[in-house]
Amino acid sequence: MVTIPKPTNLLTKKDFQTDQEVRWCPGCGDYAILAAVQKFMPTLGIPKEKIVFVSGIGCSSRFPYYMNTYGFHTIHGRAPAVATGVKLANPELSVWMVSGDGDALSIGGNHILHLMRRNVDIKVMMFNNRIYGLTKGQYSPTSELGKKTKSTPMGTVDHPLNPISFALGAEASFVARSVDVEAKHLESVLEKAAQHKGTAFIEILQNCNVFNDGAWDTITDKATKADTVLRLEHGKPMLFGKDLKKGIKMGGLNRLTPEIVEIGVNGSVEDVLVHDQNDNGLAFLISRLERPNFPMPIGIFKSVERPTYETGVHAQINAARAKRGAGDIDAMLRSGETWTVA
Amino acid sequence: MTTPVAETPRLPRPTEELDQVVIRFSGDSGDGMQITGSQFTNTSAVLGNDLATFPDFPAEIRAPTGTTFGVSGFQLNFSSKPVFTPGDQPDVLVAMNPAALKVNLADLKVGGLLIVNKDAFANSSNLERAGYNANPIESGALSAYHTVSIDISQQTERALEGSGLSFKEVSRAKNFWTLGLLYYLYHRPLELTLKFIDEKFVGVPEIAEANRKVLKAGYMYGEVSELFHETYTVKPATLKPGTYRNITGNQATAWGAIAASRFSGLPLFFGSYPITPASDVLHELSKYKNFGVTTFQAEDEIAAVCAAIGASFTGAFAVTSTSGPGVALKSEAINLGVSVELPLVIIDVQRGGPSTGLPTKTEQADLLQAMFGRNGDSPVAIVAPATPSDCFDMFIEASRIALKYMVPTFFLSDGYLANGSEPWHVPSASDYEKFEVSFQKETEGFHPFRRDPDTLARNWAIPGTPGLEHRIGGLEKDFGSGNISYDPMNHEKMVHVRQAKVDRIAADLKPLEVFGSPQGGKLLIVGWGSTYGAIRAATQNAREQGKDVSHVHIRHLNPLPRDLGDILRRYERVMIPEMNMGQLVMMIRAKYLIDARSYSKVQGKPFKVSEIMSRIDHELADLGSK
Repeated sequence: MVTIPKPTNLLTKKDFQTDQEVRWCPGCGDYAILAAVQKFMPTLGIPKEKIVFVSGIGCSSRFPYYMNTYGFHTIHGRAPAVATGVKLANPELSVWMVSGDGDALSIGGNHILHLMRRNVDIKVMMFNNRIYGLTKGQYSPTSELGKKTKSTPMGTVDHPLNPISFALGAEASFVARSVDVEAKHLESVLEKAAQHKGTAFIEILQNCNVFNDGAWDTITDKATKADTVLRLEHGKPMLFGKDLKKGIKMGGLNRLTPEIVEIGVNGSVEDVLVHDQNDNGLAFLISRLERPNFPMPIGIFKSVERPTYETGVHAQINAARAKRGAGDIDAMLRSGETWTVA
Repeated sequence: MTTPVAETPRLPRPTEELDQVVIRFSGDSGDGMQITGSQFTNTSAVLGNDLATFPDFPAEIRAPTGTTFGVSGFQLNFSSKPVFTPGDQPDVLVAMNPAALKVNLADLKVGGLLIVNKDAFANSSNLERAGYNANPIESGALSAYHTVSIDISQQTERALEGSGLSFKEVSRAKNFWTLGLLYYLYHRPLELTLKFIDEKFVGVPEIAEANRKVLKAGYMYGEVSELFHETYTVKPATLKPGTYRNITGNQATAWGAIAASRFSGLPLFFGSYPITPASDVLHELSKYKNFGVTTFQAEDEIAAVCAAIGASFTGAFAVTSTSGPGVALKSEAINLGVSVELPLVIIDVQRGGPSTGLPTKTEQADLLQAMFGRNGDSPVAIVAPATPSDCFDMFIEASRIALKYMVPTFFLSDGYLANGSEPWHVPSASDYEKFEVSFQKETEGFHPFRRDPDTLARNWAIPGTPGLEHRIGGLEKDFGSGNISYDPMNHEKMVHVRQAKVDRIAADLKPLEVFGSPQGGKLLIVGWGSTYGAIRAATQNAREQGKDVSHVHIRHLNPLPRDLGDILRRYERVMIPEMNMGQLVMMIRAKYLIDARSYSKVQGKPFKVSEIMSRIDHELADLGSK
């Protein structure tokens, strides 16, 4: 019996679930992300056989097993390279990559850098829980300085990496941040990422309730998040706080140092920066806003169009074909100097 | 077809006909010796000589001028008889400077022709840098050779007087002057090289003109000078009728990949990272985009193989290329390929190791790395070409195996094959059996690790196929469903299935051909890879001397051919020459429990025929004394 694929507009969240038992720890932030992605996927209108999830190694990298699409659970840090091969071999596929702060930024730092630089049309979801979960609790490249873990009983001495600044430095054309428990926000970011033509890098703040519980509490706690989260919206002033009474303005010697103003107290809405997702410099500047001195920005930092890598590669192949034909093995073997023995 | 015509009438001068000549061109790494050598090669090939070449250059692009470690050489053996190797000892040595003389003189035959650029010896710092206290041309140190000392630099300058070129540009042209002289001596036509100059220097007409001029000037110098009392001819070899070309191993490898892509019906995806001596495969393939070839120069060796694996998952014919250090980096990804059972061909152009080792020198020391250099029991298929042109056929064979058995397959070339060249009787695409790949489409009963009962290859379902959505990964899989499984008995079963699949490749192999006495005898030499030429020539020579020696050459290293064990047992002794410490010997001894003897050479240089012959004598004497 051949199963006839359902019309894509009828796909539901259930269609994207697999028969595999999900094996994350109870209470893990990954569940919320999985649910959001499974719910979001049908809205793309892409048949599920044309979707591929590629991952590396780590808790987050089990993700493809739970998505009823094509999936490849590869090796530690190398998902960007494998995904690049997938996209180059068939540019018509919708390619998604799932990774974590260790997989993407530690062992795989080089590959993700080059993925973003090349602008391969791949959507990257990087779950950032600031800890190594699958190896049971060592610090990661995003762990805060001084963090005490199993491998750092006296605290870390290495400076953490800011994933958004890194992605911007690597020339990513789409850079965003969302949060595991903000399902609506996450879905809206995923939607924009899916619409973007090129590499979309999405940092998803995610709670590891076993080894680093509460890492993002100040951002997710209902009582504090109005003050600790800055919701970026293109073309809108960077306001936050209860009733949006606070904003980010530029101060300092060169007017290049962000400061917090209280509207009506020491400034007005006109003083506040207006978000422009086409402005790379601004994106980098606000990527530096971190807790506890500033609210944590979430949303789309940058979204610009530039040619994708796979388009360039296939354009050259097509141009060569148009100019020289599809190629003939016998003619190739006889090209250049030959001679005949009678 | 070009005919050997000189542009000017030759002076009446005796001409001697020779069967075979070995010439070595040597100079500074910036002296253009590789171009000189390959031009002489191409011209001789078109004249119908059989030949073999051995380019030998330093890892440094431009080592300090005049130093011994900056010497670049190109040796070729051209003949009217069948040629197996580039020759043990040059009959002719061209030394463009003192360092080149210092490094190469010991190899020149006593009484051989030595052509030196005496201008380079007039400079005392040149002599010093090469380690000479006195000018060897004047000191009598060269009296054992027929030394012809020529002011090549000055002759070149004179030919280019008024050209307006800089001193440096003029100096660079002297290799073409030398080539012109050698063309005169060996009755070679200038046309091919003149055409090459036109194409190579198309954007710089004044350089093209200068090179054309000095090439002819060198030729004319031979004609009019009194230095040479005779000239030489080497008649065309008797070769099978057909179309021929000269080809290097790396070019044959790249073309093999393109052909395999056509024969399989799959587009070629080639992921690579530049590394000596494999980079030319990447360069060559990147010229053939119109064949549907995607070349991906990745950020590193790991990304190169990983992208290839991603492409393979998506249904492309995936190939990656590297040398030994790159294989080390790719190991984990190759093992993923073994675990997820995706087809992949890994080109390893071996070089001297360990670590960075000898980047431009040859070695065969990656066999055990290819066999065992991964965690877990991780069987792969391994093939090795025997000559530069054999790279074409063996690459197609590697591809057939990888695609039929869904298994990563190593193609073990080496620096000697990669850069060496030989005339090739050009085949036709129709000479080869096609191996068109069909992807899984049927959904009924599908799971990703369902196997063909004969080959044990898993079915290949690619993204885009409705109803066959599935997940694969490096975790152990359940034999019956393809889902993740940590079951102990299932793991054992899967380990054995992966091995059995590779073992079954042997069912496809043709019987081995034994050269010499296939029915058995005293000594059998077993070779693999680029040692073919030296072993075959030595065996042939020894047999002509009445010695009981045979040669079998293995092109499939894993699995080994099924008839090999029987063949080995027909001889009193088995000897295995390898450019490593005895890696195939270790495999043969372990598998067949026979007392195979190792003949090891790890000098970054191929075996000489004479070395193998001495070893044959040694082994036979040892047997006789027992």
